[in-house]
Amino acid sequence: MTAPLLKVSGLEAFYGAAQILFSVEFELAPGEVVALMGRNGAGKTTTLESIMGLVDRRSGSVDFRGHELIGLRTYEIARLGLGFVPEDRRIFTDLTVIENLEVGRRNPSDAAQEPWTPDRLFSLFPNLAEARDRSAGRMSGGEQQMLTIARTLMGNPLAILLDEPSEGIAPIIVDQMIDMIAELKKSGVAILVSEQNLPFAATVADRAYVLDHGQIKYSGAIASLLNDEEVRRTYLEL
Amino acid sequence: MSLSGLFVQALNGLAAASTLFLLASGLSLIFGVTRIVNFAHGSLYMLGAYVAWSLTDRLQGVFGFWFAIFASAATIGVVGMLIELTILRRIYRAPELFQLLATFALTLVIKDATLAMWGAEDLLGPRAPGLAGAITILGRRVPQYDLALIASGPLVLIALQLLLTRTRWGVLVRAATQDREMVAALGVNQAVLFTSVFALGAALAGLGGALQLPREPAGLSMDMTAIGDAFVVVVVGGMGSIPGAFVAALLIAEVKALCIALGDWQTPLGFVVAFPKFTLVAEFAVMAIVLILRPWGLMGRPDVAIRPQATTSAQLAPPGRGYDLAYLVLGAVLLTVPLLVETRSYTLVFGIDVFVAILFAASLHFLMGPGGMHSFGHAAYFGLGAYAAALCAKALNLPMWSALLAAPVGGFIGAVVFGWFCVRLSGVYLAMLTLAFSQIVWSIVYQWDGLTGGSNGIVGVWPTSIFSSKAAYYCLTLIVCGGATFVLRRILFAPFGYAMRAARDSVTRSAAIGLDVRRIQWIAFAIAGAFAGLAGGLFAFSKGSISPETLGVGRSIDGLVMVLLGGVDTLTGPIVGASVFLFLQDQIARHVEYWRAMLGLFILALVLAFPAGIVGTIRQWTFRR
Ligand SMILES: Nc1ncnc2c1ncn2[C@@H]1O[C@H](COP(=O)(O)OP(=O)(O)OP(=O)(O)O)[C@@H](O)[C@H]1O
Ligand SMILES: [Mg+2]
Repeated sequence: MTAPLLKVSGLEAFYGAAQILFSVEFELAPGEVVALMGRNGAGKTTTLESIMGLVDRRSGSVDFRGHELIGLRTYEIARLGLGFVPEDRRIFTDLTVIENLEVGRRNPSDAAQEPWTPDRLFSLFPNLAEARDRSAGRMSGGEQQMLTIARTLMGNPLAILLDEPSEGIAPIIVDQMIDMIAELKKSGVAILVSEQNLPFAATVADRAYVLDHGQIKYSGAIASLLNDEEVRRTYLEL
Repeated sequence: MSLSGLFVQALNGLAAASTLFLLASGLSLIFGVTRIVNFAHGSLYMLGAYVAWSLTDRLQGVFGFWFAIFASAATIGVVGMLIELTILRRIYRAPELFQLLATFALTLVIKDATLAMWGAEDLLGPRAPGLAGAITILGRRVPQYDLALIASGPLVLIALQLLLTRTRWGVLVRAATQDREMVAALGVNQAVLFTSVFALGAALAGLGGALQLPREPAGLSMDMTAIGDAFVVVVVGGMGSIPGAFVAALLIAEVKALCIALGDWQTPLGFVVAFPKFTLVAEFAVMAIVLILRPWGLMGRPDVAIRPQATTSAQLAPPGRGYDLAYLVLGAVLLTVPLLVETRSYTLVFGIDVFVAILFAASLHFLMGPGGMHSFGHAAYFGLGAYAAALCAKALNLPMWSALLAAPVGGFIGAVVFGWFCVRLSGVYLAMLTLAFSQIVWSIVYQWDGLTGGSNGIVGVWPTSIFSSKAAYYCLTLIVCGGATFVLRRILFAPFGYAMRAARDSVTRSAAIGLDVRRIQWIAFAIAGAFAGLAGGLFAFSKGSISPETLGVGRSIDGLVMVLLGGVDTLTGPIVGASVFLFLQDQIARHVEYWRAMLGLFILALVLAFPAGIVGTIRQWTFRR
């Protein structure tokens, strides 16, 4: 395995007095797709938000391309080349599709990257091209999910934190999502995808971590997770 | 009433609307992005007029004049930038009450700074060179400058719209208005965005003030009139909506102009309706109608109004027996004071002031703490009580006891009427509405010479003979205020008090268990208003005279500072806060010329030292490792 792009160690996070994450550890290598799995409330979103600096109190270490992220502001973290796609999409509904993309636009942090442009994204997400000048609030849930990913890509990130992309969208869109993740992987972007849906994760990811009550309980290749009924029953199935 | 007269008034209204729009658009923009309600916006407007006065004085000719106007706007933009960098930046995450208080404090500082630099006299500005004349329309003369002013509103609207839709900066501003956190997660440095938005909003206010100079002299009361008007416009238009502000400004200015144009109307029934007097309440009426139909304003959105409470308030424990006993003992000890000091002692006068302030602060605390409704216009109820009492005593010649009964009734009626509107809103909207109402009451009292004596107020309101000595009146206020404060506290631990706190903590949950939240809040308003009115009545008889200042915004701020000093989450808060505040004010006012600025700086220091509130800051300290 190559040197990790993102390396999280001893990460703890708190909401008020409640500790949510306990010494979370994992890695993401360049160009790799890793699934972060766990039941509702396991702490997946909290982990991603802690990495992005969106949680007020966190400690431990998050190393991204040799930069320590703990202590940085959210915008500084994003500018290092880390993209974040929230689970509740958080589209700017008052803005048009193209304006949403504009908010996300940043020059690549790595000169060798081929920058994402709206046109390049529209070929990846054909639905968005038609809705270009429509208000984003009027789009369907699936289209909004696509838009939120496209918006993040406009920042030319080297790694993306993708929070539950398959949640609450139609099966046909899920299929598109799978193709899209494969496409992104090919272009060299590393992806950390938080998921509850094991079949989905198994299709897109190389490796998996399983989170339960804020602690990492399992790590390994996604194939071995599929075979490990014990872990699946204890930490994933309802 | 002739058609041409109507037309001229309509033009006049358009000119006024432009100024209103310049003011309100900046306020709305700043609120949209930073979620801070900038009470200092009126002060920036005033400052714009003063700076323009100084600059137009030095720069002559057409070019010089317009250069001076725009330079004034730019100067105020820079002032706004400095304010954002030094103060606001530190308090974006503080409870909104603290943010409001900080910008309130700024108004005090700016007012005294203006007084120090330009003096107390109104300063008459120059006519605009090249536009000093008038043109004749329909046989009436219309000042050319008014036409220029009329054009400025739509021009600024178009420029702002282009800026917001055609530039990357504008797109970011609109995105941040919706979801600041997400904008940051996409790599946008909000600090830069916030500073620039604040600077632009300030510059717009400055431009409004500067443009007003040829029509109206620069004066020290501009700030409060302007902020009152701007709030009404922003609330009517919908917070955060620029086109909304434009429409609202037009609507309000034209309704006012229409009132003037209609003049006095001889009704068939014989009496005269003086429409021009309605200008005082026109904006109030417009706002009332709009808020009934659309609580979030003409073009606002329901969702931008509510901001989740940063922290839930601490639990209040019912006071035990020991507490009541201590309260009684303290009261008894205070009752012996008149025996220990001279009859005309200043101590007694000071004591009376403190008791009145405690009752006032306790009534405000009732509304703000357990009620969860931030009133920025509580002086209105105090003042209505004071005027009700004074009018009973002077105009109706009623005895003092009945005048003192009228006082809470006055406050109660005011609170019932205004509260009905206010409880339909929450958070910042509610705070702004309370302030707007109090400004309206103030301007009615200030201008209704026939009833209230206008700016002179009502004099010779003295207690009946048995209470004419300071000592006797001291005992009366002690007993009444002490008793009333005790009753207020009792209400908090009656079923109504519990319902009120439940309504504050979760509107949806309270509604789910069958509580009528609005009704509860409305009753809370009425109770707080009645007790504030009682305090006002006692105040009137203690001073012997009252003036519009009795219900001015200054007193509302004083109340807020008292409550915040003591702590919103504690029962003894208002008592301690009022006592400490009065003591400080007494000391500062006696020894310092610019006491307002001192007070403002004191509040700013308080807010900056405890950005999350005193309790919140201590909690944060204990969490840090
Ligand atoms: N803002 C918050 N304040 C307090 N506790 C929170 C907050 N957000 C999340 N939590 C708690 O943190 C824990 C982890 O939540 P998190 O959202 O990270 O889980 P998740 O794995 O993403 O779940 P889901 O699959 O439902 O999205 C939960 O117990 C949740 O109740
Ligand atoms: Mg989640």
